[in-house]
Amino acid sequence: MNMLSEDDSLSVRSTVRPVEYPEDDWLALSGVQHYEFCKRQWALIHIEQLWTDNARTVAGDLEHKRAHDYSASEKRGDTLILRDLRVFSKMLGVVGDCDIVEFQASEDGVQLHGRKGKWLPYPVEYKYGTSKTNNADRLQLCGQAMCLEEMLSCHIDEGALFYQRTKRRERVEFSEELRAQVVNAFADMHELFQRGYTPTVKNQRGCSNCSLKDLCLPELMKAKTQSARAYIDSIVAGALEEDLR
Amino acid sequence: MRQMLNTLFVTTESAYLSLENENVVVSDGDKAVAKVPLRSIESILCFSYKGASPALLGKCCEFGVSVSFYSPRGRYLCSILGESNRNVLLRRKQFVLADDASACSSIAASFVIGKIYNSRWVLERATRDHALQVNVERLKRQSSILASALKEIKNCDNAESVRGIEGQAAKTYFYAFDDLILNNKDDFYFERRTRRPPQDRMNALLSFVYVLLSGDCKAALQGVGLDPYVGFLHADRPGRASLSLDLVEELRPALADRFAISLVNTKAISPNQFEVRENGGVYLNDAGRKVVLAAWQKRRNEQITHPFLREKIPWGMVPYVQALLLARYIRGDIDAYPPFFWK
Repeated sequence: MNMLSEDDSLSVRSTVRPVEYPEDDWLALSGVQHYEFCKRQWALIHIEQLWTDNARTVAGDLEHKRAHDYSASEKRGDTLILRDLRVFSKMLGVVGDCDIVEFQASEDGVQLHGRKGKWLPYPVEYKYGTSKTNNADRLQLCGQAMCLEEMLSCHIDEGALFYQRTKRRERVEFSEELRAQVVNAFADMHELFQRGYTPTVKNQRGCSNCSLKDLCLPELMKAKTQSARAYIDSIVAGALEEDLR
Repeated sequence: MRQMLNTLFVTTESAYLSLENENVVVSDGDKAVAKVPLRSIESILCFSYKGASPALLGKCCEFGVSVSFYSPRGRYLCSILGESNRNVLLRRKQFVLADDASACSSIAASFVIGKIYNSRWVLERATRDHALQVNVERLKRQSSILASALKEIKNCDNAESVRGIEGQAAKTYFYAFDDLILNNKDDFYFERRTRRPPQDRMNALLSFVYVLLSGDCKAALQGVGLDPYVGFLHADRPGRASLSLDLVEELRPALADRFAISLVNTKAISPNQFEVRENGGVYLNDAGRKVVLAAWQKRRNEQITHPFLREKIPWGMVPYVQALLLARYIRGDIDAYPPFFWK
């Protein structure tokens, strides 16, 4: 499945960036889904450290609990299922957790510490609700795969998103386009993070569902058509006029 | 806009607060007198001397419930709010602006413009609503002096002169304040503002209401990640929450003064709900504090339309929204800090 739109850049931008990011500068891998949804939302959460829950985020957390239980890891036949696996990439400068990574026993696989045989990793991310129209979930999953590839020196062709509402797995192929998008998104996020810059409000349809709406104040954009300065001036001018009457 | 949940007021001096599952339990002696789910409240104001259990405080932080402690007489002691102050860039920018004279004067001017504008409306409202009872001429005269103060402030480019105008405007406003009191004039009157201690009932009432408003403002500023101690209008002074005081200024006339006046004018509060101490200080007694707190909570739930955001919010959210607008100005989203203009 490929949901890329035409104007998405297909190549990795050539801006100068470090070959490897130091651990202190690593960003949260899961942030890419915020970033894809809204750059400002990502900045509010990760740069300004703001967070509030709404019904959706709480429901998402509740649905998610089991996925994040390392002790629930298990082996089923030829499949090793690891839950809540911490992954990182020095190249992307990110760290995060995979809900589930399934390792298939395979001659083409890689060796795992403490496990016999060779294994092929297959990341699976649990998601709230149903499949989204935007690319956020796919980018996050692809980012996880790229972390696993770097950690295990392997290549991963695909993974899956499991949507809790539909109880369906959606296969995601880690194409060159998707990988380039992941690389570019994280490069941009590192750049914003470095500058401590929070992008300004862009009112969009998703705003009404956003748990940060009340901290972000998308209404500011509307208010901005008359600036705050002009607003103050007009109120004061009005007060003086009344006085003349 | 964010939902405003209830506030739990604990006015029994000997009450102790503890945690049971996800509920706050208020006990007096061995008896549990109330049990309230933490999810249904957003703040606890505790006027008891016994305090609260650490387990409860921890849970409150987790749930984002702020807890403020006051002495049984209403002196503010401290607040506890979870880890909300992580927005280090916001605070750094706040400090940088506080060191920048021109930024200071612009933000200070906003606070004072708001204060004078709202003071003026308190006077104007009285001439409109009670034309037959009040000294309309005096109120109109004071109101027009306030209007010229607004004009003056527009040409002001340093915080020092903004403070000067603010001081003058406060005098102008309080000069007519006694005119606003319509009932029980023998017991409720206003000559001048006295604070340490308040020397008459009206001052006692104002002081108590200001404490409530200041608490709300401080919690609001902390809640959005600002440092309540670094102000723009009020200069730094160790131990003084200058930014809280800044924010209180513009909200004082509309949220506190009018509220206090209406308690008196509607006879919701009566002269015997005060007590006089040996030092001449006048304070609300237990019954009086209960009346004020209950009315305060009711007022906080009344809906208004925020003049800048044009959104319906409860009164109680005004300090929070203003704190948010200030944070948004400091982070560069808007070109000025828009004060709350009451009408």
